[in-house]
Amino acid sequence: MYKRDTWQEIFETIGKNKLRTFLSGFTVALGIFIFIILFGFGNGLKNTFKEFFLDDATNTMFLFAGKTSKPYRGFKSNRQIEFNNNDIEAIKLNFPFFLEYITPRISRYADTRYKSESNNYPTRGVAPPHQFVEKTVIMKGRYLNENDLIERTKHAVIGRLVVTDLFKKEEPLGQFIQIGDIAFKVVGVFQDSGGDNEERIIYIPYTTRQLIEKNNDKVDQIIVAFKPELGYAGAIGFEKQLRLFMKDRKDIDPKDSKGVFIRNVSKRLEENQQFASILQIIVTFVGIGTLIAGIIGISNIMVFVVKERTKELGIRKALGATPRAVISMILQESIFITTISGYFGMIAAIFLLKALGTKLEDYFIKNPYIDTTTAIFATIILIIFGAIAGYIPAKRAASIKPIVALRDE
Amino acid sequence: MIQIKNLHKSYKMGSNSLHVLKGIDFNVNEGELVAIMGSSGSGKSTLLNIIGMLDLLDKGSYTLDGVLIKDLDETKAAKYRNKFLGFVFQSFNLINYKNALENVSLPLYYQGVGRKERQKSGLEYLEKVGLTEWAKHLPSELSGGQKQRVAIARAMAAQPKVLLADEPTGALDSTTSYEVMDVIQKINEEGKTILVVTHERDIAKMCKRVVKLKDGIIVEDKKIQQVKALKHV
Repeated sequence: MYKRDTWQEIFETIGKNKLRTFLSGFTVALGIFIFIILFGFGNGLKNTFKEFFLDDATNTMFLFAGKTSKPYRGFKSNRQIEFNNNDIEAIKLNFPFFLEYITPRISRYADTRYKSESNNYPTRGVAPPHQFVEKTVIMKGRYLNENDLIERTKHAVIGRLVVTDLFKKEEPLGQFIQIGDIAFKVVGVFQDSGGDNEERIIYIPYTTRQLIEKNNDKVDQIIVAFKPELGYAGAIGFEKQLRLFMKDRKDIDPKDSKGVFIRNVSKRLEENQQFASILQIIVTFVGIGTLIAGIIGISNIMVFVVKERTKELGIRKALGATPRAVISMILQESIFITTISGYFGMIAAIFLLKALGTKLEDYFIKNPYIDTTTAIFATIILIIFGAIAGYIPAKRAASIKPIVALRDE
Repeated sequence: MIQIKNLHKSYKMGSNSLHVLKGIDFNVNEGELVAIMGSSGSGKSTLLNIIGMLDLLDKGSYTLDGVLIKDLDETKAAKYRNKFLGFVFQSFNLINYKNALENVSLPLYYQGVGRKERQKSGLEYLEKVGLTEWAKHLPSELSGGQKQRVAIARAMAAQPKVLLADEPTGALDSTTSYEVMDVIQKINEEGKTILVVTHERDIAKMCKRVVKLKDGIIVEDKKIQQVKALKHV
């Protein structure tokens, strides 16, 4: 009963002091609104960054063959090194603890034709795990499988834009396309977030590619993925061992800096992640900054509100309000207002972020968002500080003798 | 009703201390209407504030309705004020965003009285001061006399033992002053103990007893023949 009465008293006070209510509510709503918008923009920036740099798998190393620059074990220098299928098997056999998966990649450009449409596309002869390397997403049909490798099938998985170029609006699955001189059956269509060029690629089984090329066993790139749990240091160690192993296999001087090249994506990843974490720090900094500005705003309003009410509080005390009653009245009022308006500010900002979506992509802000936990946490922080900011002057006002408060004109 | 013995009070003014009340002995019986007079600086308002527990005494004792008032913290003072005392101020001190009825009902809120009952008894007290029709008006829409009558109704609503009025007519013209005094006299006739601080002679004459303060001591304390305020209205 008393409880309900307290709230009734508070609602009355709020309703009859509209300007004051509006000011403090608006400050909180604005504070949380700006915080969420800025934080969301920061996240949008991060999204764009990720899209640019972190499209592909990051636990991979690319092995290329080159020419040696030193004579070794009776071989002359300037010898062209070539990888073959046995190298893949040897790596599998020797590094089972490090290896997540391994795939060759044989890249060839090929004129590709469907009915009257034709174009020149890069083709890649690969093994099924290659799907993970590029994070290829299958839209229709399937990716290459083990059976394709063994049977050396003439199956192709083509990019979304290849379909757009060659098939227009026709259904590509099950149709035959001419790659070079040979007909391949389209078994899958993929998309890739890495951009247009990544979606104009054709994947075929590498064994088929080798068969076409006079049934050889040559491989121009080997892509090795290590187990992510190795971490950065483990990856560097693995890279070192792998380089020595390959040099030994191919009779290359261990001191020769040419012959075998390894591009370790995780190295680049490390750099990119450093950049990403700087971005994160900036976002957090901006977030904390706006939150502090919001806290200062609400504190000012609360100090002003309590100051304005000093006399009223004196009257209430003369009529029998205990200090406790005075403080709790002010606190309940401020918490009520800040909670409601904080909630509205939060919802409004989240909706705005949602509505923006990709509209600001030109400004490198894509899909700005804020996770609910951060949003709610920030709102609660603002409410708590609003309460603290109200509590201090309220406590002072409650402890002034009513006679002093009443004199305050 | 009120017993005060050897009351001292001084205020610190920087390094100096200002001795305002220098040993007051003062008793008020139930049903009395006492005027406390004195020039400014005589200590009359300080005395009233101590009686009203708005201020603390330094030395001496103060008993109200048989309860020795001491060791007052703000919470205790608030409870005593709510239970024993009603206040009327020179500047009315109504809460400006609450209408007349809400102002009158406010002390009852702090007594924990339910909303409906508060409204009912608030209206009763407004009727007593003749302002039923103004119940829904804000203080800004009332005249000075009406404001002071609302303040008196508010002071009475808590059913205090003692009504303390600090210059209740100080901000009013003489006709309005007499109207307000008429209300105070009527309340006194119903048996309420009332203390009025004033420096106006004609107002003091409308009380039943006049206490004069000068430089912190009582210089005169006598019962007088009360002048009815109604005559002047």
